[in-house]
Amino acid sequence: MSKYAYFLGCLTPNRYPGIEAATIDLLRMFDIELEYMKGTSCCPAPGVFGSFDLETWLTVAARNITIAEEMGRDITLTCNGCFATLQEADHILKHNRDLLKTINGHLSKIGREYKGTSSVVHVIEILYNDIGPERISDMVVQPLDGVKVACHYGCHFLKPSSVRQRGNPENPTILEELVEAVGATPVDYRDKGMCCGAGGGVRAGKIDVALEMTRKKIEAMNEAEADCVTTPCVFCQFQFDMGQTEINNKLGADKYHLPVVFITQLIGLALGLSPRRMGLHRHRIPVKPLLDKIFA
Amino acid sequence: MSSSQLIKKFDTDFTNEVIEYGSKFFEDVENVRSCIQCATCTGSCPSGRETAWRVRKLIRQVQLGLKNAAIKNDVIWDCTTCFSCQERCPRLIPVTDVVRTVRNIAVRNGIMLPRHVQVAGLLIKYGHAVPINDETKAVRKEIGLSELPPTVHSFPDALGEVKKLLDGTGFTKLIEEASKGVQK
Repeated sequence: MSKYAYFLGCLTPNRYPGIEAATIDLLRMFDIELEYMKGTSCCPAPGVFGSFDLETWLTVAARNITIAEEMGRDITLTCNGCFATLQEADHILKHNRDLLKTINGHLSKIGREYKGTSSVVHVIEILYNDIGPERISDMVVQPLDGVKVACHYGCHFLKPSSVRQRGNPENPTILEELVEAVGATPVDYRDKGMCCGAGGGVRAGKIDVALEMTRKKIEAMNEAEADCVTTPCVFCQFQFDMGQTEINNKLGADKYHLPVVFITQLIGLALGLSPRRMGLHRHRIPVKPLLDKIFA
Repeated sequence: MSSSQLIKKFDTDFTNEVIEYGSKFFEDVENVRSCIQCATCTGSCPSGRETAWRVRKLIRQVQLGLKNAAIKNDVIWDCTTCFSCQERCPRLIPVTDVVRTVRNIAVRNGIMLPRHVQVAGLLIKYGHAVPINDETKAVRKEIGLSELPPTVHSFPDALGEVKKLLDGTGFTKLIEEASKGVQK
């Protein structure tokens, strides 16, 4: 059994705990155990805290990484924001000796030291590289035949590519291959590579700008007749799920209701995990139309 | 005004400040000098479609040393840091890294959005930008997870460590100072 240190961040445990449950249960089906990293904080969010003070952002990120180092495990996570912060912090601290000294100076005040012994791996890399679409396909008990899925990667899984070093960010296919592995059909849609609107502190600072970008993406997914949107980022999920309700409230009409499911929740449905355990009944936008189509 | 007179107005202090500050964290920030205003960045910018944010204009302001124009216009906070501009810049300018750098300089000059001061306050108080609430506690319990996640929410000593770090880097004071500017 292989093990990863699970970095929870904020939104997964504090708003979408169903993603936490789905991810733990799904990986366990493939003999991969997620061990909680105890006492972690906000990653801290790259768009806000990285924009406010880069040295603080790096320091708090480095503290979080040291918790996985103590566990002797590589880190995985379910949020592109956490991925952006921890992966970039790890990259910077491995390449910049001056900063390493500064940051470890801060950490020494709390008896910690960043050593650089834990890698940061996104959960969809575990699904794609460690497990692979074929093994996922073999475990399907409820094929998602006829389900059209709009894939949304989120900006920070692959960008900036000079830091992520995970290939060309312009036309990735990992998510589509995983969606196809469970029998569903990924659909092309306008502005597929566009941001959800939430990042960079825009959701926090200027909600109307964020929601307008979200609305355009949802419109495009609706035009492509998607049954749901799937993403490997809980912040994008929050923006699409909560965002549609916020847009509807602004409009005073129930206009947007595209179900939003995390990639481990979507695969979980095909592999027989309970929708309830995965918290799907607690999403803002009802997931029931999708479930009705799958379990018809 | 002739172009030679315009060039006399260049103030390289801000250009140098951005390059010096940014280079502490990022590579190739000095490439900002080589921008030719081709607008690949702005053409790739999803936020620019909805707002007055023109990322190439910020790069020009950095080149010309127009510090106040750059940091005092709150359009710099419209960038979602999607990195499309940085990926596509033909002059290999780390455009989004320049945005992050200029925002840091704005905060150091006491300029923040009011709601960003609030979010910073959440990190300082709870160690989370989005802390737990009663509704999610109930969901966690319902689906078989611990009511409180095993983060700083469950470990007061761990939260103490985070607070100590935020004091040690000067973050707590930085936000305190910036919040005074916001209240004005």
